[in-house]
Amino acid sequence: MTTASGYNFAYLDEQTKRMIRRAILKAVAIPGYQVPFGSREMPLPYGWGTGGIQVTAAVIGPDDRLKVIDQGADDTTNAVSIRRFFARTAGVATTERTTAATVIQTRHRIPETPLTEGQILVYQVPIPEPLRWLEPRETETRRMHALADYGAMHVKLYEDIARYGRIATTYDYPVLVNDRYLMRPSPIPKFDNPKMDMSPALQLFGAGREKRIYAVPPYTKVRSLDFKDHPFAVQSWDRPCELCGATDSFLDEVVTDDRGGRMFVCSDTDHCGTRRDAAQEAAE
Amino acid sequence: MYVAVKGGETAIDNAHRLMAEARRGDPAVPELTVEQIANQLGLAVDRVMTEGSVYDRELAALAIKQAQGDLIEAVFLLRAYRTTLPRFGGSEPIDTGDMAIRRRISAAFKDLPGGQVLGPTYDYTHRLLDFALAAGGDPPPAALAERPVDAHMPRVADVLSQEGLIERDRPGEDEGPPCDLTRQPLEFPAGRDLRLQALARGDEGFLLSLAYSSQRGYGNTHPFAGEIRMGEVAIEFLPEELGFPIEIGTITVTECQMINQFKGTKDIPPQFTRGYGLAFGHAERKAMAMALVDRSLRAGELGEDVANPVQDEEFVLAHADNVEASGFVQHLKLPHYVDFQSELELIRRLRAAAIRREAAE
Amino acid sequence: MARTDMLLPGLADPVLDAQQIFRAVLDAMARPGTIVDLPSPPASPEPLDPATTAIVLALNDQETVVWLDDAADSEAVRQHLRFHCGSPLTADPAQAHFAIVGDIRAMPPLASFNLGGDEYPDRSTTLILQVPDLTGGTTWTLGGPGIRDRATLAVAGLPDGFRDQVIENHLGFPRGVDLIFTCGARATALPRSTRVEG
Repeated sequence: MTTASGYNFAYLDEQTKRMIRRAILKAVAIPGYQVPFGSREMPLPYGWGTGGIQVTAAVIGPDDRLKVIDQGADDTTNAVSIRRFFARTAGVATTERTTAATVIQTRHRIPETPLTEGQILVYQVPIPEPLRWLEPRETETRRMHALADYGAMHVKLYEDIARYGRIATTYDYPVLVNDRYLMRPSPIPKFDNPKMDMSPALQLFGAGREKRIYAVPPYTKVRSLDFKDHPFAVQSWDRPCELCGATDSFLDEVVTDDRGGRMFVCSDTDHCGTRRDAAQEAAE
Repeated sequence: MYVAVKGGETAIDNAHRLMAEARRGDPAVPELTVEQIANQLGLAVDRVMTEGSVYDRELAALAIKQAQGDLIEAVFLLRAYRTTLPRFGGSEPIDTGDMAIRRRISAAFKDLPGGQVLGPTYDYTHRLLDFALAAGGDPPPAALAERPVDAHMPRVADVLSQEGLIERDRPGEDEGPPCDLTRQPLEFPAGRDLRLQALARGDEGFLLSLAYSSQRGYGNTHPFAGEIRMGEVAIEFLPEELGFPIEIGTITVTECQMINQFKGTKDIPPQFTRGYGLAFGHAERKAMAMALVDRSLRAGELGEDVANPVQDEEFVLAHADNVEASGFVQHLKLPHYVDFQSELELIRRLRAAAIRREAAE
Repeated sequence: MARTDMLLPGLADPVLDAQQIFRAVLDAMARPGTIVDLPSPPASPEPLDPATTAIVLALNDQETVVWLDDAADSEAVRQHLRFHCGSPLTADPAQAHFAIVGDIRAMPPLASFNLGGDEYPDRSTTLILQVPDLTGGTTWTLGGPGIRDRATLAVAGLPDGFRDQVIENHLGFPRGVDLIFTCGARATALPRSTRVEG
């Protein structure tokens, strides 16, 4: 099946899709382990979601309904561009509703609406290696993963505590998957980390430039690293979303003037919009 | 009042149209043709073909036109097109010893069989802006040599290897087919096949600076430009059903063999070693830089200290690709406000704590 | 002369069928113990079941090395693989990316396949095990990734000691093989991450 553009369904050729599918199956069987794959050069720049796009292209079919978000929003330019890419090359239905989507490709957020069984969340990953800032060498980090030698990460987090009185990592906060592999959740705020734990949805991670795919199967233990005396905690705001009144969602700070004016609104545009629609209906 | 950023789709379309307009420039000025670029910006085309890993002058010229002369963007366009091409197989190794020479020089010998052939080069031009060129017009015809260049010109490295003074080329027979960097992820340590592929595709500027660093004390390889040759070589392909190779065309390549000092080890007597560079078209700077970096990356294999950036395989190979580098550097343009929000919140907390501490003291 | 007249067709729609088969296998692998139906099962060369053939066609090509046990090793199967996948065959289970097992009772031990390495545990064999039935055998209780509390699996026709081998395979995690059981047009999977608890 080809689409009007003259390219194969979902752009990638079948051999490439098979290669990616095999990598995904391995990733699911070894939760949190980064499977090297023959990432292709995509018509979008590296760093702009080429890994996520390849994973989505290998997974998606005509029965799917695709949602794409960037920073939690469906209407940011890169989300629009990626959604258009699939609408054009795969002719799939798209949606902005978290609950209506079967495949959600995301950059930097997990939707606020709890995901369900049967949904697939595809993360765009810039740097997949959680140990990269501590050890730039792939040969070394690979050995550290083989030995589950993650002491260096604990030391780094503890140095934060010694220096700042708290762990100074606020996004891309390292997690331990299935009590075995240290994993980068991609640059989501640590606010979203708890959503990964025992999620009913399948979570797939694609890093195109770094040529790695990894996965967290549904109902898999995902623990954010912490210490007994410094337990993991997420960000909180002392005010609700100014648009929908939500008190439990991640808020973006919007600069409204140059005199210190700020307003705080939901980063998840679908979540915010759905709540506002419901409030309006109730009022009518 | 806060208004959510909507209408991304229209904005993107408008941006593309604006870009197309900027590319075309003043419509009163005649539009460039792809043929003009392929013919008159030949060295730019060569660079885009080399780093784009596609030997096709027309496509490379189109990419340059589309990218408004931004060569890294043109490389990207060509690569993205390359991914979609079907793959029929690998050609036989080219034989640069059998090259139809257009240029061939050696810095290591005053004269040698076949002689020094200067060919087309900027090397001895004085870099004075040529205002006559601005006016246009055809150049005077180049002089014809009194006799054609020798049909066979032995490669300098082969001349040296007859005396056993230089390491032999790796036989390569038992190594199996070479890996393909565009289909398999790079793995460390990389074999020489992957290393040379990565360097050939690597950014000329990056390799140039690394090569330069090796000449300035960050990992000296004591290089001599053993030979640089440029010309046409035949491409042969072996169809399984035929059982013998057939020629499918010729391509222009530039090859550089650096000859480097090597003091030897307890197992290997002192001898010269090689660094190898090869590029599509006429690309001497690239081929020479590549040869220096190739030799530097062999430090570990030859038992030399690995102490400098140019000798560090992971550092060099992981960062040589300008399409990867350009994408990742420029992805910082994408919205990061969720992460920034997280950092804002942290900095405010840390500052508040610091100010409280100060007040208490 | 190859018996091309006997050659069975591959997937009816090589693009969309492959996608749907993959999704079924992905679902099985992501939720161990879940039995999935394989959509549009293709014509199968003797003695393969449609599910076995579907998975083989959807995932294999020139880049995957395939091992066949004696029961699955027929001329029809070889021809099918050669024509539709182009996969090289190996006689050495430790070299295989995929292994197709027609008779689970006569197969070599799981440990004789490629278990991957400590640094590259993904370089391991995926086994497609064709069994008499996916239900009705001794019930195993499963736990681990993909399973909320407990799942059960009762594949029929497993040889004595197979359960011990599966437990052993899991204990070597992250090294190990991944198992896909097939019967008729259905499949279920046991990745190496799954614990057999009872």
